[in-house]
Order: sequence, then C-alpha cells, then structure tokens
Amino acid sequence: MSLDRTDVEKIAHLARLDIAEQDIQEYAENLTDILDLVDQMQAIDTTDIKPMAHPMDAIQRLRTDEVTEGNQRDQLQTVAPAVEAGLFQVPKVIE
Amino acid sequence: MFEKTLAELAQGLASGEFSSVELTRSYLDRIKAEDGALNSFITVTETQALAQAEAADQRRAAGDAAPFTGLPIAHKDIFCTLGVRTSCGSRMLDNFISPYNATVIDNFNTVGAVSLGKTNMDEFAMGSSNESSFYGPARNPWNNDCVPGGSSGGSAAAVAGRLAPAATGTDTGGSIRQPAALCGITGLKPTYGRVSRYGMIAYASSLDQGGPMARTAEDNAMMLNVMAGFDPKDSTSIDKAVPDYTLTLNNSLKGLKIGLPKEFFSGEIDPQITAQVQNAIREFEALGATVKEISLPNTHLAIPAYYIIAPAEASSNLSRFDGVRYGHRCEDPADLEDMYKRSRGEGFGEEVKRRIMVGTYALSEGFYDAYYKKALQIRRLIQQDYVNALSEVDIIMGPTTPHPAFKLGEKTSDPIAMYMEDIFTISLNLAGMPGMSIPCGFANGLPVGLQLIGNYFAEERLLNAAHQFQQATDWHKQAPAS
Repeated sequence: MSLDRTDVEKIAHLARLDIAEQDIQEYAENLTDILDLVDQMQAIDTTDIKPMAHPMDAIQRLRTDEVTEGNQRDQLQTVAPAVEAGLFQVPKVIE
Repeated sequence: MFEKTLAELAQGLASGEFSSVELTRSYLDRIKAEDGALNSFITVTETQALAQAEAADQRRAAGDAAPFTGLPIAHKDIFCTLGVRTSCGSRMLDNFISPYNATVIDNFNTVGAVSLGKTNMDEFAMGSSNESSFYGPARNPWNNDCVPGGSSGGSAAAVAGRLAPAATGTDTGGSIRQPAALCGITGLKPTYGRVSRYGMIAYASSLDQGGPMARTAEDNAMMLNVMAGFDPKDSTSIDKAVPDYTLTLNNSLKGLKIGLPKEFFSGEIDPQITAQVQNAIREFEALGATVKEISLPNTHLAIPAYYIIAPAEASSNLSRFDGVRYGHRCEDPADLEDMYKRSRGEGFGEEVKRRIMVGTYALSEGFYDAYYKKALQIRRLIQQDYVNALSEVDIIMGPTTPHPAFKLGEKTSDPIAMYMEDIFTISLNLAGMPGMSIPCGFANGLPVGLQLIGNYFAEERLLNAAHQFQQATDWHKQAPAS
C-alpha cells in the first residue's frame, strides 16, 4: 500500500491536523513504510479467530446510576484557553 | 546516601538516621547539580516536595508512618498531578496545570511519599528513545551521547543517575522495560488492569499500564504495594486483592520452570546481549531453576499488530486535544476547523502526528476490517502463544532489547528502525501479561537487560525470581561514573 500527497492531505484533514506543505512528502513516505510493515499481517489466515479487544476479554463494568461527581466547573476551567461567564469560548460557529 | 535503595532509605527514616526533609533536600540539591547533563526532569517541584517531606516527618513523629512515608520518588510526566504542570512531554500540554490527581499520585500521597518532580518522556509516550519529547531528550547516565530509551526515559535516567531512588513509569509497548534495560535499572510492567489508569494520560488504552522503576526488585515490590489495586474510576481496573509483594521475595527458586523462546534468541540481536542473558539464565539454574526451550511462533507479528492497534487507539484518545477546554490553542483562529487544525498541528510533534494519521487511516471507511479487525485477530494469536507457553513453564526469559543503548539521532530519521527496538517487549502488552527487566551485564560498557515474563497476576513470582537473582549477583548495584 503506497500513499501519495492527496492521501496524506485527506488523512490529515480527517484527523484535523494542520501539516506543513513541505512535510507532506516525508509523511507520505513514512506512512507508506509503516503500512508496508503492518501488511505482514495479511499473509496470516485469521478466519474464525475472534478479535481480541481486551486481554482478559472483560466486559464494561456498570455502576449504579447515581451522581458521584460534584460541580467542578470553576476548577476545571482554570486550564481553559478562553472562558467567559463559565462558558468555553470558541470561534463563531453559527451565523 | 545516593547508593541506598528505597528499602535501605526506609530503614534510615525509621531509625531516625536522617529525616525526610534532609533526604529530600539532598536529592533536590543533587538534581540541581547533575540534571543539566541528563535532562531527566521536566519539572522539579521543590516547594511541594519539602512540604510533603515535612508532613511525612510529622506523621512519623506522631507514630503513624507507613513503610513508604517520607521516601522521595519521581513521577513520569504522564500522571496528572494536582497544581503541577503535567505536560506528557508535549507542547500541547506545556501550559496544563492539572486540576486533579491521577489515582497513582493519590496512592503515593496517601502513604506519605514525597514527589521530587515530573520526569521527561517521549511525547504522549510515543517513542523508544525519549527523543520525541518537546523538552529535548533525556540522556543515558552511562554515556551521555546515548539515549536512555523510552518512553519512560526520564524516569530511567533519573533512577540510574541517582537523582531519585525510584520513579513511576508507564508501558504501552515496552516503555518501562526498554529504558530500564538501557539504563541498567529494574522495572516492572504489571498485568493490564492491576494499576489504575485514571489520570494517566491515555496513549493506547487497551495496552497502557503504569508500573514501578527502581534499582532493585525489592524496591519495585515496595512501589507496587502502593500502586496496585482496584479503582472504580478506571473502567478496566481489575477487582482483585493485592498481596504484599515484599512477603514472597525470599521464596526459593527450587523447581522454578523457565522457558526460553527460541524466537527471542534468533535474528538481529547483539551477540554480547545473547551471551549476557545466557549467563544470567545459568545463574537461575544455579539457584535451582530448570530451563527448557519454548516457542512463541507469532512473535514476528507483534510489531505489525501493535502499529495498527496503538495508533488506532491513539487517534481516538488524542482527539480530545482540540484547543477548546485545555491545552494549546493557536493564535487568532479564523473558524472552528482552523482552530482544531492549527492547535493540533502546532501542539503535536512529528511522531505523534504520524501515529494519529496511521490510526486515522486504519479506522477510516473501507479499511477497518483489513487493518484494525485483522490486528485484533493477530493479537489473540499472540496471546494464545503466551497462554500455551505459560501452561508449561512458570516464567519466560530472554533479552529485553536486541541492542544496548544507541546514539542520540541514530534512529530518528528511520521510524521503522526505532520501532524494531521494541521487538521483545511489545508482544507482552498485546497479551496483557506482566513483565520485568533487570540488569544482567554489560555490552560495550552499556547495560544489558534480562526480561522476565509471567502469567496474568504473577507479579509476585516475577519479583521473587528477580530478587533472588539480585541476592546472588551485583549487576543492579553497578553505578555509572558521575
């Protein structure tokens, strides 16, 4: 599998990553190398092998539906880039 | 004082030979004097450390000291620490003063430990050399031109350089064991789910596991006693009783069955590493263990499977860094998309961007089955190899890394060559079992690590075997010239 500039631009857009024009070629080469490496997997027959998402095949633990977290808005917003009146500020989204 | 282990320092505190304030002051002074060359710390928390040490001394005076009270350690800068910058080695979090504590940090606070500061690491734990850190690479105390390994490179360099008696680390593909091997210290990756991941900044959630790094197995046991345990705040934490890991250290190794995977002794390995590992195994035989060859036939598929699973999980985990609630935000964004793209483009370094893109690609429409599902199937094959092998033997042993520490810059231009350094460590994260690295000799003056692998929740047995080896040898006592 070989990736070209257009592929890299598309992937970077999906990942919402701004990458410099002059770096695109190198990313294309690196990503192609990585995909070549992982392609070794394709030689293995994995029919009927159950995918393994968790080492002990554990399932999601559920808790009782009770409020356990208090309101920590002020504390959590101390690290926010832009806040006004308790709200996170972002560029205008709706005209 | 700087050659004393945690266990010896605990005795000194208990007997009143020195106070925690004196001990902490000594380490802070040593960090100031020596860390310019090693760059093992990102943040030194002097004021907080001395306040914690004073509180520990008062607690001891009140007769309420725990075994860990007053002992100074360092934390990998991946563990969120209340009121302290927690950068994860990234520009993205350079301005992030954590508003809460990771459970691991809380656990050490509860027993009255002292935190000297936060150690250097590969950005978001992605790397095997510490060179992807936004704060510049930590250096190997045995040779400052060499890498300390990664991603927990700062923790390993700090412990090997005697700037901290012990440190926490995290291991997603070898990030505790590989730097422990390259710096000549002892490190343990516990069973997946043994140590809480709450507040431990996520890289690949199904593989990440925190663990101890120190000079001896005994010190690792003391650390794990504090770190391990069920945490309702981590949905993958395992609810299983935690033994006192120091109680079984002195068990005899008579009859211990050791398996040597033939795949770990072939291919591109430095022959000096093979020789040192074989000497170490003879030492275990002298201690009463028996040895047999085993096979882990899917070992060669571990790196390919890992480089789908870990980037896929990373691309999802790191989507939270959007410039909205915390972390870096670009200047004057034109609109929301511009803010996302530039904040992330500026905040993340190259290796992190590479892995996010690989993961994004693998999970994108039309590729899921060929990459992600396939990798999860291979993951089960790898796990089955270990399950089968560990039904025949108690512990699997082999080298931790194929080479000793390499030069700074040697592998930065070739990501694949860097990935291959994790060939012997990465499969264990996929399987979820515990593993250790302990010092077992030198190659060209650089430390060599012996890897010990056990079944799920076999940390006691690994620590016991490592401790017995360290009673019979002195590789773990070797110190770099300072």
